[in-house]
Amino acid sequence: MQWLDLTYLQAIILSVIVASTPLLLAASGELVVERAGVLNLGVEGMMIMGAVCAFAGAELTGSTLVGTAAGILAGVAMAAIFALLTLGLAVNQVATGLALTIFGLGLSGLIGAGFVGQRITPAPQLDLPVLTDLPFIGKILFGQDAFVYGSIVLVIGIWWFLYRTRPGLVLRAIGDNHGSAHALGYPVLSLRTGAVLFGGACAGLAGAYLSLAYTPFFIAGMTAGRGWIALALVVFASWRPARLVIGAYLFGGVTILQLHAQGAGLDIPPQLMTALPYLATIVVLVAISRTRGVAGSAAPASLGLAFVPDR
Amino acid sequence: MADPVATRVTSQPLLQAIGITKLYGTFVANDHIDLDLHPAQIHALLGENGAGKSTFVKMAYGLIQPNDGELRWLGRKTVLAGPAQARALGIGMVFQHFSLFENLTVAENVALGLPPSEPFAKISAGIAEISRRYGLPLEPRREVWRLSVGERQRIEIVRALLQNPKLLILDEPTSVLTPQEADQLFVVLESLKAEGRAILYISHKLDEVKRLCDTATILRGGKKVATCDPRRETAGSLARMMVGGEIGEVKSAAGERVGKPRLVVQDLSMVPDDPHGIRLDHVSVEVRGGEILGIAGVAGNGQDELFAALSGERLSASDGSVVIDGEAAGRFSISQRRRLGAAFVPEERLGHATAPRMTLSENALLTRHAVGMTHDGFINRAATIKVVDEATKAFDIRKAKRDPEAASLSGGNLQKFVVGREILRELGVLVVSQPTWGVDAGAAAVIRQALIDLAARGAAVLVISQDLDELLEIADRIAVIFTGRLSSPIESKTADREHLGLLMGGSSAQPREMSHAVGA
Amino acid sequence: MRLVLEPRAERSTAAAIASPLIAVGLTLLVMSILFGFLGKDPLNALAVYFLQPLTDSYSLQEMVVKATPLVMIGIGLALCYLANVWNIGAEGQFVIGAVAGSYLAVKTQGTDAGTWVLPAMLVLGALGGALYALIPAICRVRFGASEILVSLMLVYVADLVLDYLVRGPWRDPHGYNFPTTADFDPVATVPSIIEGSRLHIGALMALVVVAAAWTVLGRTIKGFEIRVVGAAPKAARFAGFDADRLVLFTFAVSGALAGLAGIIEVAGPVGHLQPGISPGYGFTAIIVAFLGRLNPIGILIAGLFLALTFIGGEQAQISLKVPLDLTKVFQGILLFFVLACDSLILYRVRLIRTRKAADAVA
Repeated sequence: MQWLDLTYLQAIILSVIVASTPLLLAASGELVVERAGVLNLGVEGMMIMGAVCAFAGAELTGSTLVGTAAGILAGVAMAAIFALLTLGLAVNQVATGLALTIFGLGLSGLIGAGFVGQRITPAPQLDLPVLTDLPFIGKILFGQDAFVYGSIVLVIGIWWFLYRTRPGLVLRAIGDNHGSAHALGYPVLSLRTGAVLFGGACAGLAGAYLSLAYTPFFIAGMTAGRGWIALALVVFASWRPARLVIGAYLFGGVTILQLHAQGAGLDIPPQLMTALPYLATIVVLVAISRTRGVAGSAAPASLGLAFVPDR
Repeated sequence: MADPVATRVTSQPLLQAIGITKLYGTFVANDHIDLDLHPAQIHALLGENGAGKSTFVKMAYGLIQPNDGELRWLGRKTVLAGPAQARALGIGMVFQHFSLFENLTVAENVALGLPPSEPFAKISAGIAEISRRYGLPLEPRREVWRLSVGERQRIEIVRALLQNPKLLILDEPTSVLTPQEADQLFVVLESLKAEGRAILYISHKLDEVKRLCDTATILRGGKKVATCDPRRETAGSLARMMVGGEIGEVKSAAGERVGKPRLVVQDLSMVPDDPHGIRLDHVSVEVRGGEILGIAGVAGNGQDELFAALSGERLSASDGSVVIDGEAAGRFSISQRRRLGAAFVPEERLGHATAPRMTLSENALLTRHAVGMTHDGFINRAATIKVVDEATKAFDIRKAKRDPEAASLSGGNLQKFVVGREILRELGVLVVSQPTWGVDAGAAAVIRQALIDLAARGAAVLVISQDLDELLEIADRIAVIFTGRLSSPIESKTADREHLGLLMGGSSAQPREMSHAVGA
Repeated sequence: MRLVLEPRAERSTAAAIASPLIAVGLTLLVMSILFGFLGKDPLNALAVYFLQPLTDSYSLQEMVVKATPLVMIGIGLALCYLANVWNIGAEGQFVIGAVAGSYLAVKTQGTDAGTWVLPAMLVLGALGGALYALIPAICRVRFGASEILVSLMLVYVADLVLDYLVRGPWRDPHGYNFPTTADFDPVATVPSIIEGSRLHIGALMALVVVAAAWTVLGRTIKGFEIRVVGAAPKAARFAGFDADRLVLFTFAVSGALAGLAGIIEVAGPVGHLQPGISPGYGFTAIIVAFLGRLNPIGILIAGLFLALTFIGGEQAQISLKVPLDLTKVFQGILLFFVLACDSLILYRVRLIRTRKAADAVA
């Protein structure tokens, strides 16, 4: 009865948190982007660039902080390319997002070639006297690294921004109807650019987490589809921040399942277990999409549409 | 022409436009427009579609910038860099196609039209205040997609009024309202005028302008034609200024008219596939060969849904709900219905009736591939271009080359093509929605005449239109659609506008509560 | 400073032809800068990449061999993209096609099965790809799920299916535990066009596919349907075209073509089933489709060009010691420029310095 063992349960919960955090970080950014009416499918590309640049930064300076900043900047730079094309030149967002992913996967391999096989000190974890040493919950609540706490703060901040601030209201309005927003004098393209860059920063941060805390090393293609899963999570969450947390932790759990199922002695091909997160994504997309149709839970009405103001 | 108004008014103009010019490429949308707006006056900007009214209004609200000329606010030269600046000066705007956000609440929508400094808590109180003062009831927490068209317009007006504007611009405000709702609006506008506000009222409806406005400036082809006192003009004289000459009267066809029923709709009910749509509720109507039946109603009362059900873009559950020339076609696809001799012209010219970026010959193929033009799946290109040439000749379609893209044609010319494409084949039934929406007067007359001639040749013609005047002119009988229900038709010769207006507002059709139940 | 787009009244034909060429030119420019950063002589590097492969017959043949799957998949994707249907999982359909076709090769291994094996494998490959592609299509049509995400997820799943088979049930018992099937029998192998050459009949099949697609798109009502559904969905419905059925159709056709390319690849140049049978053909074909402007002839040219980058990339890796990932970078940049240049066809682009200046000009 290994499952009843508290230490084992604690280990599972800890690993779920670790697996969920990159998904939550990347999906939070994409949620803001999509709320502004832009569909950036390049999350995977921005994320892997974040991962490689963060690792390079940390490895060269020895500082996790510098590495994280480098990862965020890389995500922002990638997002800037996307913004220039889709917002500046009104290019199809789906195709541009794909290009961003192909480009990011290639460039990260190029940059990362010199760093493969190297290791760095992982990002430090919180260590408070007494609290962190509490039995069971101590490690879970007070023993995480800054990324984990940051991801929670990020989601709460996004919720507050979207529903409690005026710029948040304007952002939602732009996603709902860019024509009306323009008619009222709101700078649709500038605000969307801001949202896209923010999304890039979040994806870059998610990538930084992968290479600085999760592993901590860099290998080519290490995002392994997490960027795409983050995109699915936004759909799962019906574009609402609170549900995003639930979704991210659910998916983190599925990812972890594959590791522990083998430990539990189940005779299942390892490939099937590895495929679980991808299969789960498909199941979730189908389940969520079919319950749609009720107004209010649908995607932002202007999502993915190019906007060219008349003059 | 003398300017009697200007001499009568002694106050300083609030907003003055001097020589305002706007170019789009080589096209002159506004050509040296001069205009003075005074406090406590309702000033009409009158003109046909495409005369340049909307362009002017956009410049007065700072949405676009003039290429030449200047605006003066209280005598001082002003450059309006954007709507925010216009609002800060005291200019409020009510858009024709509402600038609302469907998935946000009324209060959020209002907030978006106010300066960012306005605290959100105060806005709800402000809405309640304005609602009470002007009799414009609104619920701040409701989401916009749940509201009727009239309620939506109220949001726009309340939003503009909350900023206490000195000048309020309304762009074709009554085009979406019932006559009764329009009357209510006029009461509000009169009280705004009494408070000393200036109102710029954009319209192409002569009666309205004569009734409401103190001054009228008439635009034609981007130029100012005249400024006059509309109350001293006749509808005819205003129309002449607007159109620039007499319009040919549409001649109704003589002879015996009514034949067998060719289009029969029987107890048609349909749930919309779009959550914001309207449910068709036991619709029944008969159109006989040789007659034009009009369906009147305010936008958003099920016209789109009815068109889709008649055309076969949406299939109904039972065969018998739509009968075309004796054939139960309720579950026939649009192509099968076309093969039965039916044809359809939807409201939206670009994107629905035509693929905008495809050529006219390809767009001919769009609706006629089901009835010829292909052989074993291969396209007969000669046949497609022939339709274009025939329609061009029969309807005098003006275009830059033989087979241009649909989007490159003007509204009137494209509408003539869209109607011609269908009428030039043997038809038993034609269903057409908004045949002359946004079309210049010349083309409108040609299209209406073509519909009358088609009926005279024995076809059954069903015209869905929001333009009551148009229906009274061409239809033999008129039915009214309201929240998905269709009234029984009345003879248009004996039709009473007042009665039709009440039907359009749902007053005598059913109790008011019913309409809300459907909307929610 | 900001960009201002002015819609063109009519599409510019000159821009339509020039745009892919400009895109390639700009990409080469960026690549030379990149080579400079890597410490290589840009001109020499470009020559290694894009000219050297054209000078010897082995590389030329290899270019055709690599262009074959790219063109086949690219044609199928173009049908999808024209219809505004987003199949981005061709890589997975390629793999499943290869797996489905290989089933027969593995099962008939060492038996005296006749010449029917290869044709049956090709049919199975196409069928497998089509069925696999129908999963995202059905998810979209039936449940409204994004076909983009579902088709992409299935790429990872397909790779794992392949991995499972060649490490488990289909592994060559005499293969020293390498994850691979035994080499296919001659009856299960795609024949060469000329004895001893790398060129196989798959290349001819790709040409047939190009010709068929060109005919369908330009001359038939089906091609018209595809274009209308993509360009104006509401008008397509008005025309009586069923958009849902077209989603299924385009997915099935593109999946079949990807699957066919997959089985041709393993039964031809590779010769057995193993992980990593595709160097990303399914994704590169997306670029091929766009660079070819979704036009079959354009895709044929674009397919050859991108095949060149694969070979050039390999040669550059050997002689210049630059990482192989450079090819992906090149492909990504190329797609950026192709998309950006396409904007020129629809819009006139102007760069305006400041808002005030804009107003003064306007």
